[in-house]
Parts: sequence; C-alpha cells; structure tokens
Amino acid sequence: MRAPATTRRSGGARRLSPALAATDTAGVAKRNLLRIGRTPQMLVISVFQPAMLLVLFRYVLGGAIRIPGGSYVDYVVPAVFIEAVLIGGMTTSIGLAQDLKSGIVDRFRSLPMARSAVLAGRTIADLARSVVSLTIMVVLGLAVGFRFHNGLAPILAGMGLVVFFGYAFSWMYATIGLATRDPETAQVAGILPFFVLMFASSAVVPVVTMPGWLQPFARNQPLSVTVAATRALMEGGPAAHDVWLSLAWSTAILVVFFAVALRVYQAGTA
Amino acid sequence: MSPMIEVEALEKRFGATRALRGVDLVGEEARVLALLGPNGAGKTTLVRILTTLLRPDAGRARVAGHDVVADAAALRSAIGLAGQYAAVDELLTGRENLELVGLWYHLPRAVYRRRAQELLERFSLAETGDRLVRGYSGGMRRRLDVAASLVAQPEVLFLDEPTTGLDPRTRNDLWAFIEELVAAGTTVLLTTQYMEEAERLAHRIVVMNAGTVAASGTVEELKEQVGGAVLSARVRDRSDLGRAAALMAEIGGGAVHTDADQQQVDLPTKGGTPVLIAAGRRFEEAGIGLDDLGIRRPSLDDVFLHLTGERVAPASPEVA
Repeated sequence: MRAPATTRRSGGARRLSPALAATDTAGVAKRNLLRIGRTPQMLVISVFQPAMLLVLFRYVLGGAIRIPGGSYVDYVVPAVFIEAVLIGGMTTSIGLAQDLKSGIVDRFRSLPMARSAVLAGRTIADLARSVVSLTIMVVLGLAVGFRFHNGLAPILAGMGLVVFFGYAFSWMYATIGLATRDPETAQVAGILPFFVLMFASSAVVPVVTMPGWLQPFARNQPLSVTVAATRALMEGGPAAHDVWLSLAWSTAILVVFFAVALRVYQAGTA
Repeated sequence: MSPMIEVEALEKRFGATRALRGVDLVGEEARVLALLGPNGAGKTTLVRILTTLLRPDAGRARVAGHDVVADAAALRSAIGLAGQYAAVDELLTGRENLELVGLWYHLPRAVYRRRAQELLERFSLAETGDRLVRGYSGGMRRRLDVAASLVAQPEVLFLDEPTTGLDPRTRNDLWAFIEELVAAGTTVLLTTQYMEEAERLAHRIVVMNAGTVAASGTVEELKEQVGGAVLSARVRDRSDLGRAAALMAEIGGGAVHTDADQQQVDLPTKGGTPVLIAAGRRFEEAGIGLDDLGIRRPSLDDVFLHLTGERVAPASPEVA
C-alpha cells in the first residue's frame, strides 16, 4: 500500500477465461441471493424506506407542491422508483463491508476465483433485490393514485432505465463499502450521496423553485435526468434527450466505479 | 523430499511497523511446519503473504513452486486456508458453504458435490450439513472451516490457529485428521500458541519473535538450545518469591524466570543432581519453605521463554 513498488499492479492476476469468471460470478450471486432470501427482514427494511418516502411526499408534502400542468402524484412516484433502487444500492455497500469484516472476503481472496466475481456477484444479487423493491413500489404507487399515461413499451423502457441507474450506482456503493470496511460507517457514508442526488434535483420539486446557483447542478445531475426521462417515458412527452443523458450518466458511473471498486478491492492485497 | 514452502529474506512493513524483517524458512513436502510466536511476532502476516492475501515489500516466497506475487493465481489453486482469518458463511448451510468453495476452485459440479458429502461425513457434520451455519456451535464451525479448506485437496494447507477455543475432544480429532492428511502427502503450515499442539504435530518448528525467526529446528533440537535441564523451585509462601529468585541467581547457570501465578522460580542449568542438592541446602539455610524442588527436561514452553522472553499461552488449550 505504501511501498514504492505499488506501480506493478495485481501481479499474477493470470486472467481467467470469461466462462470461468462468469461461473465464479454466478456462484457469488447465488450465495448472496440465498442470503437475501434468508434475511427477509433486510428486504422488508429496504422496501419500507422508499414506501415511507412515498407516503411522505404523496400525503404530507404533496398538498403544498403545485406542478404546472400535471398532478403531483404522477410527478413524484417515478422519483420514488429511483429512490427504491438507490436504497438497494446502499445494501451493496453495507453487505460488502460486512463481508470484509467477517473475514469471508479473505477466504474468497485465497481461492482461485476471478477477482471481479466478488463484486459483480454482489451487485447482481442486489440488482435482483432492487427489482423486487421496484415492483412493490409500482403496486404501492398505483394504490396511492399514480397512473401510467403511456404505452407498455415506453413504460418498461422507463423501468429499465431506473434499474440500470440503480445498478450503476450499486458500483459506487460497492466502492464505499470497500473503502469504509465497516457496515455502520458504510451506511452513514452512503446516505450523503443519496441526499444530495435526491434533494438537489428535480425529483421531488421542480428545479425552477430553487436558487439560481443550484439550478444548473439540480437540472443536469444523473438522478434529475433519469427522473425526467422516466417521467416522460411513463407519462408521455418528449423523452429522447433525457433518455440519452441518463444512459450516458449511468454508463459513465458504471465504468468509473467498476474500475475504482476493483482497484480498491485489489489494494486490500497490497 | 522437496521444499513446498520456500521463504527468503521476506519483509513486510505496515506504516512504521516492520511486521516481518527478513524471514527465511523452508517447509518440506508432506511435513508439518509449525510457526510459534507471541502475538505480534509476524506469524499471521507471514501466512497472509503465503496465501496471497498480502504482498511482500521485499524478499521472495514460493508455495508448491509458485511465486506468491508472480504466480499468485496458480498458487491459489494449490492451497487451502483455514483458521482465524478465514470464515464460513453463517446464512448458508454447511453443504452450501463447501459446494460453493468447490465451484470457486473450478471443480466439476459432480466432483464438488461428492467432495462436500465426503467432508461432511469425515468431520461429523453429515447430520447438520443441511442446516444453516448460524445454528452451529463453535467447534462445528471450526470443523466446517477446515473442511472448506480441503475441498480441492490442496497440496499445501495453511492452518492459522486451527484449534484455538476448541474443546479437547474436538482438538484431538482435528490433530488426528491433520496427521492423516500429512501421511497422505499434504504439506501443512500451522500457526499455534499451544506448545502441546506444536509438539504433537510439528516435524519442524519455527519460533518467530518481533518479525524475525528466533530459532528453528525439530522439537529436540530446540530443547537442546535451552541447555540440559531446568531447575525448578515452587515456594510455599508467595512472599518468598523474590528471595528464592535471588538465591537461584546466585547458583548461576542461565537467566532466572519467576512465575508469580505458579509461585515458581526456574533456572536453566547444566549442573545436574549436584546443583539440585546444593540448591536444596541453600533453600533450607535461608529458611524458604518449598512445595516442590526438582530438575526436569526443558519443555517447549521453556524454549519459547528462553527465545522470546515471555510465556504466551497456557500449556494446553482451554475449553471454550
């Protein structure tokens, strides 16, 4: 870690064939899915948080917020979908930090498995959890008055965009979990980006109500463009511009944090 | 007999702490090499480097012919790791734990399923194999942990304090099993704080202290380093301990060691019976009441004390 010789990276990482790397990843994903299935309370908690926010926005704050040319419930529920997958990403950081702490990652590292499998298997399992959580949010959203106003294909495309956004951010959360190495710290550290992304955005109130200096950020940050794209896909309206922006953001975040997370994971061997 | 573990001038630093400062050692094939040392001696750092969990700062190490840095991937296929720093998954069953490890070693599915079954039976976990590890006792977890390290039938097995906290029966079972493995050709590197464990299992012992090798050899070779024998006096009254130690120092030989808990004073000596008789006379003249006075062969514990200046652990594992 502090030695001058760290420039030669990941020595001996003889590349495994993609097929073996996929097998390893599937094994890790299976392990994490089994764990998710056996701790249903975690799943309940990760669904409960966005559900609470949904109720809060719909019934507590929603009455005070006017949306030009639309209903607030249709405005805010797509944002709740995104919250649900982001909170799913937070479980990635907590789970990874737990694995580091318990010593199970040491066992993984001593095995001839692909280096990326521990992280990829984890994010894939958490993705499955996010899809469950998102499905429940759709049902809850419909129950509190949210309605889709578009065809099935764009609605599903919107869901796909939300899931991809959540998956990209689960790599950021994986990095947080690896860097903090402690579940409690990971949880606290993970809340900060969540709040910035969620509230300095067009997710719950229109950007025009914010001070001028905040507007450029609030309008263009990844969550805002994703929520704008999702609204357009689910409620109708011109979507292409925001869809491309969202895809670009999510892809960039995925690529950058995939590389950073892998690097932090391997730095543990320095 | 070829070396399966070769370590040369290995160094590792954590910030300002030099955890390993030039360690050399050799582990022969189908032999047990025990690393003994107080906490902080560098045993675990060495094991972590040999299992590719840490990279050395300087020096060279090879396991089963693979360099720990350059051939790390190939090395991992040849080793198994169990002990305090490897864990089993609480939310999986024993069988799931073993089968997944087999998958990650890239064994064919049929092979790892069979191996998992064999290992569950061998480690008396057959009946509980399909229950979650969360409900296992400490001993069952440790057995599963060792079983997991054996799924791929590794050439070299690393056991980091494998019996710490185990009850005597489980510990004896595990020792017998390690002996079986070694008889079948496995090379074992074991770290332990228990002299009894090292004495029972190790063909060769390396005593580590402050990041270096303080001594190495067979148990007998190490005992000879201490000297011929140890003169031991146990005082009846604890308040006599200081006087007894001074008296022993006057007799001379080696460095006197006082054990307040045991109310005992030890002196390495080569003098034999005449020294014993002389000591008895002096104690009587000084009016120090004794419960016991005798000459004994040095134990591994004495060797350890002689080399590292401390007694690290009880002579035998405590029941957890």
